[in-house]
Amino acid sequence: MSSAAFIRNAAETEWILPSRGRVGMFSLIAAESAIFTIFVVAYIFYIGKSMSGPMPKDVLETPIFNTICLLSSSLTIHLAGRALHNARVNAFGLWWFITMVLGSIFLVGTGREWQRMIFEKGLTISTNLFGTTYYSLVGLHAFHVTVGLIGIVLAMIFTLLGKVEPAHSERVDVFSMYWHFVDAVWVVVFTVVYVIGR
Amino acid sequence: MSSETIALTTIGEAERPIGERLHDWVVTVDHKKLGILYIVYALVFLVVGGIEATILRIQLIVPHNHFVSPEVFNRMMTMHGTTMIFFVAMPILFGFGTYLIPLMIGARDMAFPRLNAFSFWMTAFGGLLLYFSFVGGNGLYGAGNAPDVGWWAYAPLTSRAFSVGHSTDFWTLALLVSGVGSIGTAVNFIATILCMRCPGMTLGKMPLLAWLNFVMGGMVILAVSPLTAAQIMLCIDRYLGGHFFDTQAGGSAVLWMHFFWIFGHPEVYVLIIPAFAFLSEIVPVFSRKPIFGYPVMVAATVCIGFVSLSVWAHHMFTVGMNSYANSFFTITTMAVGVPTGIKIFNWLGTMWGGKIQFRTPMLFCVGFLFQFLIAGLTGIMLGASPFNWQLSGSYFVVAHFHYVIVGGILFALFGAFYYWFPKMSGRMYNEVLGKWHFWLFLIGFHMTFDFMHIPGILGMPRRIYTYEPGRGWEIWNLIVTIGVVFQAAGVIVFVFNLLWSLFKGEPAGNDPWDAWTLEWSTTSPPPEYDFATLPVVKSRRPLWDLKHPEDPDWKYE
Repeated sequence: MSSAAFIRNAAETEWILPSRGRVGMFSLIAAESAIFTIFVVAYIFYIGKSMSGPMPKDVLETPIFNTICLLSSSLTIHLAGRALHNARVNAFGLWWFITMVLGSIFLVGTGREWQRMIFEKGLTISTNLFGTTYYSLVGLHAFHVTVGLIGIVLAMIFTLLGKVEPAHSERVDVFSMYWHFVDAVWVVVFTVVYVIGR
Repeated sequence: MSSETIALTTIGEAERPIGERLHDWVVTVDHKKLGILYIVYALVFLVVGGIEATILRIQLIVPHNHFVSPEVFNRMMTMHGTTMIFFVAMPILFGFGTYLIPLMIGARDMAFPRLNAFSFWMTAFGGLLLYFSFVGGNGLYGAGNAPDVGWWAYAPLTSRAFSVGHSTDFWTLALLVSGVGSIGTAVNFIATILCMRCPGMTLGKMPLLAWLNFVMGGMVILAVSPLTAAQIMLCIDRYLGGHFFDTQAGGSAVLWMHFFWIFGHPEVYVLIIPAFAFLSEIVPVFSRKPIFGYPVMVAATVCIGFVSLSVWAHHMFTVGMNSYANSFFTITTMAVGVPTGIKIFNWLGTMWGGKIQFRTPMLFCVGFLFQFLIAGLTGIMLGASPFNWQLSGSYFVVAHFHYVIVGGILFALFGAFYYWFPKMSGRMYNEVLGKWHFWLFLIGFHMTFDFMHIPGILGMPRRIYTYEPGRGWEIWNLIVTIGVVFQAAGVIVFVFNLLWSLFKGEPAGNDPWDAWTLEWSTTSPPPEYDFATLPVVKSRRPLWDLKHPEDPDWKYE
């Protein structure tokens, strides 16, 4: 039965492997980055190639407040994760709630921006190349924010039901990786659309 | 040892009603069942894609043939390419990976079993969507069924103006959906290999199959995601009136080509690296020697993984890129041949001086070595941009990539089938039928694809549905089509062998090949929990250590 190959008490060194949640989320983020890269490349490639208006400089307004909200939600979700790690569940709930509010503000802000562009400026996804690339890149990001918010709302419900415990801190951390990624992508989208693209 | 099993499975398995057993297969999250589902699903599509290829070849057997109409020819060509890449090669390789990786690294399942099931059913749904286009592709327009835009679907062929009806939508959605499945599988492979290894199995002691599938997973993540992005763009163009690939509104058709081939070329390596993985497991066992140059093999694979991400535009030399781009992609294409060549020497070095046993799996591997070498050499020829300008878009290219995919990947796959069939089914295949399969398929392969190079050099373009007599192409096309008969005969022998052996084969035992990796330490087929007690390994060949305690590997590694 036992032999040289399968030594039961191989306790020379402890056998530690990376967390599969983190590795899985990291791989997913790599895949998402590749998807965003293609959309960003398309956006940059098509800057200034629209054959009719409206042009970016006519319609775009820099969403400063939105950006501040989304980027600060990265900080609050980090604080939430640390609170849970230190077993302060109430503090976790508070920071998590603030994260949810900040994310929602961003999404509402994007919706208002789109409403203004569509109904006041007459720019839709089929108007010109700028419309096509703008709505698909910003929309892809907004879709990721939405998915993140669904996750945040679910965790918020569990928190209110009193189901969240310090033992879940690992899962919260894995989810935070996704949220940080969504924020980091916004930095790229912001730079490309509102800084370079104008 | 870990072959001890707990005798509470399979009791009463035969008495359970068939509906219940089928239900088990549908709801399963077991990596072995999902692996077999992948493989069976892909085999069905292999037959379908093979029939489509046969239709193409019958149409081309003589000039001015009227076997099928030009429209049907285009549909068959598109469906053949799309099916074979996305619904045969990818799922079959994922299937072997899903089945073998946890067994080889001493784990009880994948890192995310439910994601595993999700990925399979997404892939399966993608295949059904693609084939549903035969029924639903007409739309209200009375336009043709089934997509006819080629597997690369160049713009503006895919715009609403040129592809009315829904056939192209089915193509796009099928690839989008199966792409999501592929990314899920890749995430799962990477997490499994990094996080589920049994105690003692450091990265340097992992079986090469696990290592190569790890690299493949990374490549799927970096290569299939761009395709998914491009399909989203195409959906936006077709459904929402976007202009990504609409040249009349300033969009670019060449951008689609870039996006497609950023996926398309790494995809070839996504398919061939698991084939390399099969060889790296089979060749050592049938040469009775450990693999020659394990670290070099790993390094070469990682190197291929990186370099192959920067060669895509060698598919686009004739589009009219500038000379810097042409030079860059020529150089990178030459460079990617170097690590690939290193691998050939790894396998040759393994065989050198070994006691080679020419069982069926080994025969297919030897066939692979010769054919993949030739495929690589014609690849180097086509990678040189001046040569490419002459032969791009000709049958020479078709011959080249079929040499890679059939002569390389499919041969390795057949080898893998025979090698792991005893483990998966618990029964031995029939060796005589296996050899018949090998020789029939070998003859058919060489008749078809060796002679396909020649009409290409003589100027026969690819994608044409018929041709004029008197250009010197007739005899070659005739030989090429006759070769199909031999290949089909080989595949029939193969399928018969699988089915017959599944029910009537000799019981295989745990370890019919006297092999060295962990999957052979458990029963055939393995129990649901894989290992009763998790193994602990000390070297790259744990079963060698077990069988030869007087001379274990770990003393030398």
